[in-house]
Amino acid sequence: MSNDVNYGTIIKNGIFGENPVFRLALSLCPAVAVTSGVKNGFLMGVAVFFVMIMVNGTVSLLRNYINPKVRIPSYMFIIATWVTVTDLVMAAFARDVYKQMGLYIMLIVAFAIVLSRAEMFASKNKLLPSIVDGAAMGMGFLLALVMLGVFREFLGKGSLWGYQILDSKPLLIMILPTGGFFAMGLMMGWLNWIDRKFFGGTGGGGGGH
Amino acid sequence: MWEHVLTIFIASALINNFVFSRYLGLCIFFGVTKKMETSIGMSFTFTAVMLIGAALNWVIYEYVMIPFHLGFLKIVIFIGVVAAFVQAADTIMKKVTPALYYKLGIYLALIVTNCIILAVPLINAEEHYSLFESMALALGSGLGFSLALIIMASIREKLELADVPKSFQGLPISFVLTGLIALAFLGFSGMITL
Repeated sequence: MSNDVNYGTIIKNGIFGENPVFRLALSLCPAVAVTSGVKNGFLMGVAVFFVMIMVNGTVSLLRNYINPKVRIPSYMFIIATWVTVTDLVMAAFARDVYKQMGLYIMLIVAFAIVLSRAEMFASKNKLLPSIVDGAAMGMGFLLALVMLGVFREFLGKGSLWGYQILDSKPLLIMILPTGGFFAMGLMMGWLNWIDRKFFGGTGGGGGGH
Repeated sequence: MWEHVLTIFIASALINNFVFSRYLGLCIFFGVTKKMETSIGMSFTFTAVMLIGAALNWVIYEYVMIPFHLGFLKIVIFIGVVAAFVQAADTIMKKVTPALYYKLGIYLALIVTNCIILAVPLINAEEHYSLFESMALALGSGLGFSLALIIMASIREKLELADVPKSFQGLPISFVLTGLIALAFLGFSGMITL
């Protein structure tokens, strides 16, 4: 099974077919929480990208040594270790951002998407495909966060990445907590509509959880 | 001191409600609110696990991690404690109260990877809360989450009858609804100044 892996399919799958946020509807908390600005969304995405690659790599290397009975706790500890590494690095090098979203960085450990990729992909595949899968999923997550960030920051503050573009603030509500939910709902609905209209998909939203 | 404890309790239940203003626990929030019955079961289990988990983690943080300067390991240790506790609760409930286990057991498994359960001890550690303050935060968050689940479940039961555009069915419309409830919860923010 692991001899004829198709990297193109893995990458396409991670970014479009099974986009963690819009398609699988996993790990929604940070997707809403940190996307009031493009910059925060981007850095959060990078953190998750890094954690996913490292966790998938580690799990894949250890897959023949972990007893299947205790695999979930073992994965949890691997994830927690890499999240701690990310957390300490962010705390050292990105202080301003860390003050705003430190709690959410630590909570990457509870992301269903990281654990589910470790369980579904990395525990059955060799090192390189696992790393590619982690990178593709992380990239899908990063893109989703940046999309939401652009949408919300532009409408809420009239700026992008902190640079003022419009003189006014068109829709202040978009950067409030409420706006996060609205943006997410509208974005999901819009993607479903595109899927139904142009690609003939079923367009049903994810199941939740 | 009691005044401060009460403030933390009310703030965590209403003003800083985990779902509506800190955006945590969304997976479970959207996952179990399709039915009223599951939401109520989840609320009970959740509040209980939250209280006990926060107490355990507080004791470990104060008496083990601070004296030995292990603060940087808090993510690993907290998730280990919660996972071990939930596993133990699962086994004990199965033996002692099978009836209760068949009602609430399925929720226990879902709880381990929940962000709120982990966020409460992390906030307690960050703010250096005393035991009573930590308990107030845990209870307030648990009740606030229960309130959110029950509100959402009642709305979603009515939503079954509504004519929603095809592309918005399921999760998208639930998100928009949550946004509206969050807007209402914004009204609490003037109540107490922390």
